[in-house]
Amino acid sequence: MLKQTEGSHAVAEAVGLCRPEVICAYPISPQTHIVEGLGEMVKAGEIQDCEFINVESEFAAMSVAIGSSATGARTYTATASQGLLFMAEAVYNASGLGLPIVMTVANRAIGAPINIWNDHTDALSQRDSGWIQLFAETNQEALDLHIQAFKLAEEVSLPVMVCMDGFILTHAYERVDVPTQEQVDAFLPPYEPRQVLDPTDPVSIGAMVGPEAFSEVRYLAHAKQMQALELIPRLAEQFKAVFGRDSGGLTHSYLLDDAETVVVAMGSVLGTIKDTVDEMRAAGEKIGVLGITSYRPFPLDNVRAALQNAQRVVVLEKSLAVGIGGVLSTDVRMAMSGLQLHGHTVVAGLGGRAITRKSLRALFAKAVRGELGHLTFLDLDWNVVNKQLERERTTRRSGPAAESMLRDIGVIATGIV
Amino acid sequence: MSFQPVHFYQTGTFTVGNRLLAQEERSVQANMERTNSLNSGHRACQGCGEALGARYAIDAAMKAASGRLIAANATGCLEVFSTPYPETSWQIPWIHSLFGNTAAVATGIAAAIKVKRHKGQMGDVRVVAQGGDGGTTDIGFGCLSGMFERNDDVLYICYDNGGYMNTGVQRSSATPPAARTATTMPVGPEPGNAFGQGKFVPAIAMAHEIPYVATATVADLRDLEYKVTKAMGMRGARYIHILVPCPLGWGAASEDTIKLARLAKETGIFPVFEAEGGELTSSLKIRRQQPVEEYLKLQKRYAHLFGKTPAVATIARLQAAADKNIRKYGLLDQEAN
Repeated sequence: MLKQTEGSHAVAEAVGLCRPEVICAYPISPQTHIVEGLGEMVKAGEIQDCEFINVESEFAAMSVAIGSSATGARTYTATASQGLLFMAEAVYNASGLGLPIVMTVANRAIGAPINIWNDHTDALSQRDSGWIQLFAETNQEALDLHIQAFKLAEEVSLPVMVCMDGFILTHAYERVDVPTQEQVDAFLPPYEPRQVLDPTDPVSIGAMVGPEAFSEVRYLAHAKQMQALELIPRLAEQFKAVFGRDSGGLTHSYLLDDAETVVVAMGSVLGTIKDTVDEMRAAGEKIGVLGITSYRPFPLDNVRAALQNAQRVVVLEKSLAVGIGGVLSTDVRMAMSGLQLHGHTVVAGLGGRAITRKSLRALFAKAVRGELGHLTFLDLDWNVVNKQLERERTTRRSGPAAESMLRDIGVIATGIV
Repeated sequence: MSFQPVHFYQTGTFTVGNRLLAQEERSVQANMERTNSLNSGHRACQGCGEALGARYAIDAAMKAASGRLIAANATGCLEVFSTPYPETSWQIPWIHSLFGNTAAVATGIAAAIKVKRHKGQMGDVRVVAQGGDGGTTDIGFGCLSGMFERNDDVLYICYDNGGYMNTGVQRSSATPPAARTATTMPVGPEPGNAFGQGKFVPAIAMAHEIPYVATATVADLRDLEYKVTKAMGMRGARYIHILVPCPLGWGAASEDTIKLARLAKETGIFPVFEAEGGELTSSLKIRRQQPVEEYLKLQKRYAHLFGKTPAVATIARLQAAADKNIRKYGLLDQEAN
């Protein structure tokens, strides 16, 4: 059924249709509306046979999820930003134990400085946690990916993180097609766990493993992600057969066939990028877009195939690996190994800074002209940066950096210079 | 009352042989049908109080739950000595997740059971969570308090040996004042652990007004079984805090584990009591009060108090703390009168 609804609510409805049995909730912006919606649905009886638990921290949220999943319950939670970091130990534990929990990460920056707006540094900080990580481009895809995520998680017995841009998607009201219960039931069978805490068949879960088997156990986690690499496209096909929509898969290609310049990105910014590419195509530029939906497992072969005939690649990412540059671009560079093309990393949209078509067009044009550097920070205000660097050069007690820079910006904005 | 008046004491002890009791009054451990939930062959040290406490507690819980029990276990000695595969000692469904999240994992198990029961996919399965004092009073305290506050249907058992013994005897918030640990060495003007304000989690559990809080020691195993059984007869969040001497960490002879547990109770250093809904309902009386020195001097962790010049003032402070427990929890009969 078509609805005009908020992204968070669309996700809550999708999760509800997946017949979750345990949901744990701890508030952190911008994921709050999702668990609020689910809490209301459980309390109103719209989601039946489900426990909704208000916990005392994200660490507890993931820990409750571990307990319930290990007892055979289909389990869901959501978090963002600091919350994801606070639960990090349990995030690794859930995947290490092979528990098919599904979690939404409403992508948001990591502090300090504290910032509630969107970028991808939260999810990417957990890239090696063993979770499957899927990035939604639109609210419709966010909804669809949650339905696929439960099936994927339970097939390979690994947890799945569905990442959607905080505010940009979570708080945007857009048209989405909400499937029927019959459709979801046809796609998603009841959860049949591979391991379960069952008094009639007692097992120990989470025992200590020494050097004699640790490598093998960890390799198995990798092997399961490689299985997921095969499974994700198949699930997208099955999904299309039931729901009639293309959603999910490993990557999304846009005008790549003859593209000399390929822009690689994840999440909602792909929309702005495609619009910009349309403009540049109209002006005769051979430029295309590769959207990464499955960040973990990372589809090396697909990315390599997409870049095979390109001359340059611009990886535009909402994340920063301090001390080197890009996070996503490191993986893209690995896919490029042996290919002769120019690689550019562009860090953009940190902490919610708008990525505009105007900036993108100038950026891509620069890349086409061969003038774009190795690492670019899109729309960086060099005045503010240089002023602070100068302050630190000249004053030992230069004070807290973020506050000083805010003051500088405020002074400039109010014209009090 | 936790005890029936029993008159058949064996000479010189406070215990009574099971053979003198009616079948239904015999201990769970004396029963041929006991589950051996924590089976023999594990790697605990000789004289380990925790292994003893866990064996009695979990077997009693298993009996009370008619064999339908799931356990969540914090990282720590109990987890490490019981599980290296393929030699798990656990005969019950058992999960270890992390050091600080056991109460929350147990909450998740209980939630799953509730849903599965409602769907008719599972019978009435009960949940215990267990951890040492580090996993309970320090790193796992947030999750524990959350589980209490929500009144989740979990029995949490803390095996308190007063320190991080698994990592090599470091101080926890349950380490008693003056005790030597690897991080509170007996050097400087105030050797051993500092006199803080204390963090007695049973009292904090009572402040949550959960249905049941009890303390116990491995010197009174019938009392422990009784309390576990009673706790299992209730619903909601329940907490049992068991004092389990650690020969390694306390620097005590392994044959003195029971003796030390008894002395902790008989000196008043460790109050043994029950509370329901946040109110004290019973305490185990001291039978023959002992001065704290009798307890302290058996342990090398207090050896610095008994050097050439005994630390009289420090010992007096420890005695004062024991006396305060005696007053506060009514541990002497005359106090109750």
